[in-house]
Amino acid sequence: MKHVLKKSLQAVAILAVLLSASPLWAVEPDEMLADPALEARARALSQDLRCMVCQNESIDDSNAPLAHDLRVLVRERIKAGDSDQQVIDFLVARYGEFVLLKPRLSWRTAALWGLPPALVLFGVVMLVVVARRRTAAPASGEPPNLTAAEEARVAELMRSEGAP
Amino acid sequence: MIPELGHYALILALGLALIQGTMPIVGARSNDPVLISMAVPTALAHFAFVAVAFGALAVSYVTSDFSVLNVFENSNSAMPFIYRLTSVWGNHEGSMMLWVSILALFGALVAVFGTNLPATLKAYALAVQAWIAAAFHLFILTTSNPFLRIADAPLEGQDLNPILQDPGLAFHPPMLYLGYVGFSIVFSFAIAALLDGRIDPAWARWVRPWVLGAWMCLTLGIAGGSYWAYYELGWGGFWFWDPVENASLMPWLAGTALLHSAVVMEKRSALKVWTILLAILTFSLSLIGTFLVRSGVLTSVHAFATDPTRGIFILAILILFIGGALSLYAWRAPLLKQGGLFAPISREGALVFNNLFLTSACATVFVGTLYPLALESLTGDKISVGPPFFNATFGPLFIPLMLVMPLGPLLGWKRGDLLGAAQRLLAAAMLAAVAIAAAFALERGGPVLAPFGVGVAIFVMAGAVTDIAERTMIMRIPFGAALRRAWGLPRSAWGTGFAHFGIGVTLLGIVGATAWGSERIVEIKPGNNIELAHYRLTFDGVFNRPGPNYRDVVGRFTVRRSGGELIGTLEPTRRTFPARNESTTEAALMTRGASQLYVSLGDPNPDGSVAVRAYYKPFVLMIWLGAAIMFFGGGLSLSDRRLRVGAPRPARGRIAIAQAMQPAE
Repeated sequence: MKHVLKKSLQAVAILAVLLSASPLWAVEPDEMLADPALEARARALSQDLRCMVCQNESIDDSNAPLAHDLRVLVRERIKAGDSDQQVIDFLVARYGEFVLLKPRLSWRTAALWGLPPALVLFGVVMLVVVARRRTAAPASGEPPNLTAAEEARVAELMRSEGAP
Repeated sequence: MIPELGHYALILALGLALIQGTMPIVGARSNDPVLISMAVPTALAHFAFVAVAFGALAVSYVTSDFSVLNVFENSNSAMPFIYRLTSVWGNHEGSMMLWVSILALFGALVAVFGTNLPATLKAYALAVQAWIAAAFHLFILTTSNPFLRIADAPLEGQDLNPILQDPGLAFHPPMLYLGYVGFSIVFSFAIAALLDGRIDPAWARWVRPWVLGAWMCLTLGIAGGSYWAYYELGWGGFWFWDPVENASLMPWLAGTALLHSAVVMEKRSALKVWTILLAILTFSLSLIGTFLVRSGVLTSVHAFATDPTRGIFILAILILFIGGALSLYAWRAPLLKQGGLFAPISREGALVFNNLFLTSACATVFVGTLYPLALESLTGDKISVGPPFFNATFGPLFIPLMLVMPLGPLLGWKRGDLLGAAQRLLAAAMLAAVAIAAAFALERGGPVLAPFGVGVAIFVMAGAVTDIAERTMIMRIPFGAALRRAWGLPRSAWGTGFAHFGIGVTLLGIVGATAWGSERIVEIKPGNNIELAHYRLTFDGVFNRPGPNYRDVVGRFTVRRSGGELIGTLEPTRRTFPARNESTTEAALMTRGASQLYVSLGDPNPDGSVAVRAYYKPFVLMIWLGAAIMFFGGGLSLSDRRLRVGAPRPARGRIAIAQAMQPAE
């Protein structure tokens, strides 16, 4: 009975949102769990979960009815005693990895996660290679080494310069 | 009549852009001074006609001429003057008009102020600028014409998107566009240099003011947008890693890298090939940003234009300009001579480090933004890349940057003394350590890393102060002499000091607001209290208040200290716009030092209770204050005589004194 009542209330709430053009808001006071520790877990989890009908908004930030449903769902799972990981697994099983704002590391996301460290590493290697090459062979802009005859001429010029 | 005038002016502007794009190049190729000299007057005339077109659209908006389709769709005669004006760029067509206006403006500025530029370089640069303008004029005229008329003019307009009816619209888009369209002129200079075949330190000196100017505007534009989102969206976030935000952040990161590599090129003639590439990439990222936002390919909360023909047109522009520029670069860059050598530990080395991490961060944002799109089109798999990903990758790339930043300005060119520089930063490091300890002692719950974030921020700020203190020798010589040195210090040195200090301030704000903020989300009845941090908010009730084109439902809260002392009232508002039957939340903010109280209101229930979100955001204002300080630093640097005069003429007396006073350097 209680469950039915809740469902119908939920339906009324969604209908209200759809009818009044004004947006609802992210987390609503009536959604929140009484236990602050559980509620804190729910908030942390919701920040990493995507509202799938929104663009790049977490269910914690979104006003959409779907986000509301997901927030309620997350809290129901937490109240039922699920761990954070179990809640996430449950949602991924239901909605796919699209629901995760922080994609899991897999072969599909290897390039995504690997890129930042790879870039820095690549940059460092490139810098070392370029520096090595340039110290090994002085660039064309640098004066070439002088021949013995030229050295002698320089010495002579230096002497005549210092003479007067 | 006026809209037709604007339309016609835009067509003429396209014609002028085509002349400006061809004649000077022909002139420079055939060494014809007459054709070369056409660049300046056509650039000015081009700007004049674009300005007339923009002005005509603005007049149509301000006078509420609803026979113009664009005005009808995005304006309303009941709006106050400022919003009737700013709604010009509160829509796709109008914002593209703003885009080309700024593009033409920068061309005109180079024409007027670039008197010390070599004639051929200037001619090439203005010609390239004109080609970009021509492409976008064509885009506007064929796919996004703002001057289209409606046969039977309606009596009233459909109103501007309520979220955009805000002073933020007057400031954020123009500033942002001045920034990221401003980089177009740097791009034009890079292409001009490649066409001209001459790239030397003087090029870097000519380009630096433009990079600086664009960077300053972009910095302020992004910060302004962030503050706008913070108070408008109603939950107090200041950065969402939204694709549209990323689109403006990428040119900022690349532009910041460019700003630093141009210094190396100017001073040491090194990193030339890299600097030219960065100049091309920075504006390419601006173009990509424009594509992402305007095509609606990544529809987000910001995107209000979704029409694939436009997307394809911009994509073509994108491929043409970026592809063309990079091909030219690949062809001509190998001909460039390598510049001065330097040891890894040196000012140049530090700036290379800066560039490595900034460009890596930029690439991370780029890939993170486009990865879901690419993966879905390649494999059909849908994934999301959101704030948790960017926070996890961006942070580790930025922390090394922050730690090395104070070191860079203390190192000498060519070969630096790492130990000496580190010793000079000892005071800054100790201050940071004290700050970390204090943060640990004072905090009541919060992420473990937060005190270290404070430490890094303090280190950056103290490092910037150390740099200026070292240069003025304030601790070592009499105060008067130090003051004279401070006065004689190049403005660019002060600019560096301020800009680096500003980064520290912003970081402190981010850490404070995210780690130690408090939040209350409650259903409240009149007479009840919310306890928030060390404040007590009493809910007095809800009342109605009419506005020009909206109705407000206002909640009033009396704010007291927990001790009981009255501080003031907060009036968060629900604002409903009948023309569109939409509503917005207008959060109420109260500033306490650098911190803020933030209250936003839900819809009132029949029994008089209302849902309320109340936040205490410690240090949050520092986020934007830091950006303002960076802007100020950029301005100081821009006023440096080196950039104004063109070629540096050393003031002999001053240099002799400086040398006498610091024999070690």
